[in-house]
Amino acid sequence: MKKIMLSTAALAVVFAGHAYAQSRDTIQIAGSSTVLPFASIVAEEFGNAFPDFKAPVVGSGGTGGGLKQFCEGVGENTVDIANASRPIKEDEIKTCNDNGVKDIREVKFGFDGIVFATSASQGDFALLPVHVFKAVAAEVPVDGKMVANPYKTWNEIDASLPAQEINLAIPGSNHGTREVFQEKVIAPGCKEAGLPEMDKEAMKKACETFRQDVVVEIAGDYTETLARLQANPATVGVFGLSFYDQNKDKLKVATVNGVTPSLETVASGDYPVSRPLFFYVKGEHIGTIPGLAEYTEFFLSDGISGNGGTLETAGLIPQPDADRTAVLEAFKEGKTVGTN
Amino acid sequence: MANVDTASMTPRPTRGVESNQDRLVRIQKGLRRRRAAETRFRAYGAGAVLLAVGFVVFLFGSILMQGIPAFWQPAADLKVTFDPTLIKVDPKPVQQDGQSPAEFRRATLDWERAVTMVNWNRVIENAVREAAPNVEFTPKDVQAFVSPNQRFVLRDMFVRDPGLLGQTVDVELLLSANVDNWLKGNIERSLADDRQQLSPGVRSLADTLYADGTVRMIFSYVLFTNPDSRAAPAEAGLLGAFIGSLYMMLIVILLAVPIGVAAAIYLEEFAPKNKITDLIEVNINNLAAVPSIVFGLLGAAVFIGYFRLPLSAPLVGGLVLVLMTLPTIIIATRSALKAVSPSIRQAALGLGASKTQMVFHHVLPITYPGIMTATIIGVAQAIGETAPLLLIGMNAFVATLPATPLDQSTALPVQIFLWQGNENRNFFEPRTAAAIIILLAVMLILNAAAIYLRSRFERRQ
Repeated sequence: MKKIMLSTAALAVVFAGHAYAQSRDTIQIAGSSTVLPFASIVAEEFGNAFPDFKAPVVGSGGTGGGLKQFCEGVGENTVDIANASRPIKEDEIKTCNDNGVKDIREVKFGFDGIVFATSASQGDFALLPVHVFKAVAAEVPVDGKMVANPYKTWNEIDASLPAQEINLAIPGSNHGTREVFQEKVIAPGCKEAGLPEMDKEAMKKACETFRQDVVVEIAGDYTETLARLQANPATVGVFGLSFYDQNKDKLKVATVNGVTPSLETVASGDYPVSRPLFFYVKGEHIGTIPGLAEYTEFFLSDGISGNGGTLETAGLIPQPDADRTAVLEAFKEGKTVGTN
Repeated sequence: MANVDTASMTPRPTRGVESNQDRLVRIQKGLRRRRAAETRFRAYGAGAVLLAVGFVVFLFGSILMQGIPAFWQPAADLKVTFDPTLIKVDPKPVQQDGQSPAEFRRATLDWERAVTMVNWNRVIENAVREAAPNVEFTPKDVQAFVSPNQRFVLRDMFVRDPGLLGQTVDVELLLSANVDNWLKGNIERSLADDRQQLSPGVRSLADTLYADGTVRMIFSYVLFTNPDSRAAPAEAGLLGAFIGSLYMMLIVILLAVPIGVAAAIYLEEFAPKNKITDLIEVNINNLAAVPSIVFGLLGAAVFIGYFRLPLSAPLVGGLVLVLMTLPTIIIATRSALKAVSPSIRQAALGLGASKTQMVFHHVLPITYPGIMTATIIGVAQAIGETAPLLLIGMNAFVATLPATPLDQSTALPVQIFLWQGNENRNFFEPRTAAAIIILLAVMLILNAAAIYLRSRFERRQ
């Protein structure tokens, strides 16, 4: 027993010592669950295409969670890349800088659409932003006055919508999708709803306060939203276009402003609810962690995130070639965000 | 039960007033009531057992029903020609005189990269065209038909044996996840084109080749030989997660068992009984009840934040699980030690053994079965743990097999969690159930091994 104990202690010390001595040779990525499928595919292809580098490891945790990890500092036990489904915020850049992460390189690699979908068995939805706003807001204007939201079914909001109970599953605030939802759907909807005169603060609050009884915030990923739709078919869920694409046998998509979401309508800008996708590279780690620059260049290559590339097959909406080359150039030059 | 008591407690009528007949009736009534109460209680008990068994049967039944089909997946037997007009690469480099090993490795890597860049999709497309000359399909259809990473299977064959150039060989290629869904009927076959995952070309290709036997359902060996995959879901496997779990298990056994047993022996046999040891005892008991997620937070703060150990590493996961398992092992070992008869201790001491000799020669061997049980319970608990691992980054997508406990990895239960979240629901719902079956099988094997070992120890005494 004593011998075992001694050897175990020795082993533990060796392990720990080893950890200090060894430098990490695998890129570590964290962040947005919308970007995760794309980043994972690129990571795998990268590992296959470059026999001298290991495939990067891709974690999730949402855009906010990923950037928080990213900004923890510089060093081998911090992540090298944060995936994001929205641009980095000022206060996040500040946290990063305070912790010594100054060389933050932004890489935009494509677009994603956000769709409203119901169970395939449900009625057709032709939504306008104002419908969604009236469905989710805690208070809505009736005859020029703000009253507690009285709507119970969709056809009470607009006669063109199905007579179906209002139930919405929207992404939680840890998701970048949530911000796009607020910005591209709720904000225009709120404007259009014709709220009575009020000061800016009160207006913002009126626009962004949701009622709790019919709106469910999903903190997990889209499979959780899908599970909710299957449990209660009368729910309208918010999904990424690529997720909808993979499950269109179970889901029926709603049009927004009369446009059906698809790769084409999002790319052309006709479909209003879309957002760019990013990842942020920690410049301090380039050269220390092998393959970091190569991974970024590989990600931005024509065959991966270009038109007809691997990621388009997986549901990414590619950016125009000129933009892609511009992003690559900026990355190579070492252009950073925040510091100017 | 209550009415049994009240029946016997009712104040009896004064003797003498009651006739024998009445007394008999009263006693029989009481008896009947007591028997009825007993029958009722038995029925409740049996009902509870039945309900529990029913739940278990339902749970296992639904997992098995869903998971077992996922152990088979479609593959096509194709005649693949390594066409020299498509594969235009230099001959494989050989080490030349005066070439340093580093230069040679560089040359080999360059050559391998050139081989990777060969348009293997075209090679596969030609093979599929030969197998199905009468079906109309586009090159894109072929990429949706054959699992995307199969091109690396061909590449690896060529890298191993460049002599294949110009030859035609029989190769079994796995088909994509969506073809799997289509052939198994996991996606509604009657749906319109715009709601299908596969284009009509791929669907007719799959149906034609399945009918003529080129496409067969084969055992999903990839589940056991591959790490996770996102680019090619049909080739996603559990080996990476299994190795991660194995490393963590080894770390738990190597660290938690000796430390736990040593702590238990000291506390039980040597430590003075005073306020400090009482405090330690209370704390250990409390520690056993701490939710595992707390250990995860602790691990993230201490091992990753302070000791700067790598993220997502089984070493860190193992250490967290060691902390979690320690109290279980200490408590179980202490109760095993307590159960050893004092006569053995007294006999040993009486014959002049020192306290250490008494413990290690006479007391401890008797407790081996108990310690074994404690270890099994602890390890089984640890191997099924997910929550703390999420906090130390072990829920990442890892496409390579971990070579050491310091390489990034996932664990079996975390892999189940990850697959559960995959977008391709039709394919990953059964795969997740299959992964659950495998995890349960691993647990059963562990437990069986432990029971076998324990019974051997018990027999030896």
